[in-house]
Amino acid sequence: MIFAASLAAAVVIVVLSATALALWYERKLAARMQTRIGPQFVGPIGLFQPVADLLKLVQKEEIVPMGADRVLFALAPPLTVIFALAAAAFVPLWPGVAVVRSDVGVLLVIGFGGLAMVPVWMAGWASFNKYALLGAMRAVAQSISYGVPLVLAAMVPVILAGTMDLDGITQFQATHHWFGLWPIIPGLPAFILFLLAMLAESNRIPFDIPEAESELVAGVTTEYTGMQFGFVYLAEYVHTVVGAAIGSVMFLGGWDGPFAPGLHWLLLKTLCLFTFIYWIRWTLVRLRADQLMTLCWKWLVPAGLGLVFLSAAWNQTGWSR
Amino acid sequence: MDSYLTPYLPVLILLVIAGVMCTAISLLAGKLGPRRITSVKEGAFECGNPSTGDGHARHSVRFYLVALLFIVFDVESVFVYPWGAMLHDFQAQHLGWFAFGEMMSFMATLALGLVYVWRKGALNWSADVNS
Repeated sequence: MIFAASLAAAVVIVVLSATALALWYERKLAARMQTRIGPQFVGPIGLFQPVADLLKLVQKEEIVPMGADRVLFALAPPLTVIFALAAAAFVPLWPGVAVVRSDVGVLLVIGFGGLAMVPVWMAGWASFNKYALLGAMRAVAQSISYGVPLVLAAMVPVILAGTMDLDGITQFQATHHWFGLWPIIPGLPAFILFLLAMLAESNRIPFDIPEAESELVAGVTTEYTGMQFGFVYLAEYVHTVVGAAIGSVMFLGGWDGPFAPGLHWLLLKTLCLFTFIYWIRWTLVRLRADQLMTLCWKWLVPAGLGLVFLSAAWNQTGWSR
Repeated sequence: MDSYLTPYLPVLILLVIAGVMCTAISLLAGKLGPRRITSVKEGAFECGNPSTGDGHARHSVRFYLVALLFIVFDVESVFVYPWGAMLHDFQAQHLGWFAFGEMMSFMATLALGLVYVWRKGALNWSADVNS
């Protein structure tokens, strides 16, 4: 129990520092894609920029708008970070070790991912601002819609490995093949589907309708200032980092890899997925709200149902063992 | 505490640690930040225009429809999970094809439901777009 508790503390610290690094990394990456240099003055090659951002945000004035629900307004931003962090507890870090190894890990991870929408809605409602409310509405509608393909895509590794334990899924991949690679037919499309749904759940481009600044001012964060805004911003990155980690656990073999201990491989795969997600972010444009819903319900949900069928059929053939 | 929930205690610890950290930063921000409140600052921000109407404006009933669809499809998809996890065991007991057939008929019903809401137009986000 003491080991698990200290591991929990370590996971919080590691995820938050990884997120701080990710903030810097993403800005550098974006800058390079746009032939800019990006942050470079704070620390070596601008590495301490997130720290400087934090120090700046902490010193800013916090404004509570008139008519706002003060309790919900203050509570929502820290909760977004807390819930986004919670899913990290179930990620297997190296063989057999996670903060919590649960038989229903996949469901819990998806559940905490969905729970992260509650504070977003709280923030939108409490702000007493039309645009914040509309942004929250869109965020929740989008998140629950894409929850369906997410659940269906995550079912493919569960069926192939025959377990809902995240570490069990990784173990199966380590002794057989990574599901992103083999069986290629339910595996790779399911991975792509999972990635798309995860992007939509963490409101990343091309699915960042909830913060479409040309339509909604700044969506949920419109009335937030200083560190309160910082929390919502941070939570999005935490969500993406944890989501990338879960994606690599479920489809890319997690800690499995030659030469180096497990954690290195998990971090490397997470970094690769994270890079891919931000590559998409700085390449594609935003979808329209109705296109977003059409894509989800008319393409991804039927595709997800088909993939579950295919993976069950693959399982029936008995070639996976 | 119930022994069934005891293994999940570290999640609670993680949540508490994260909560303490966020609270500490929030309090620090409250202490360090200036406080010069004016009525303009406190008003709802709408790109500089004076705000009109209620902050809790009415919104489209479509959002409600999405919530309904979510309940139907997500909850029923979650129902499939235990079957997915048990499939290897079913096969070991030579019940593989039976389990496969049973769940596929359930999934077919689910797909039929999707076709139904599709034909009813519940999946069209805006009424004038008939795609």
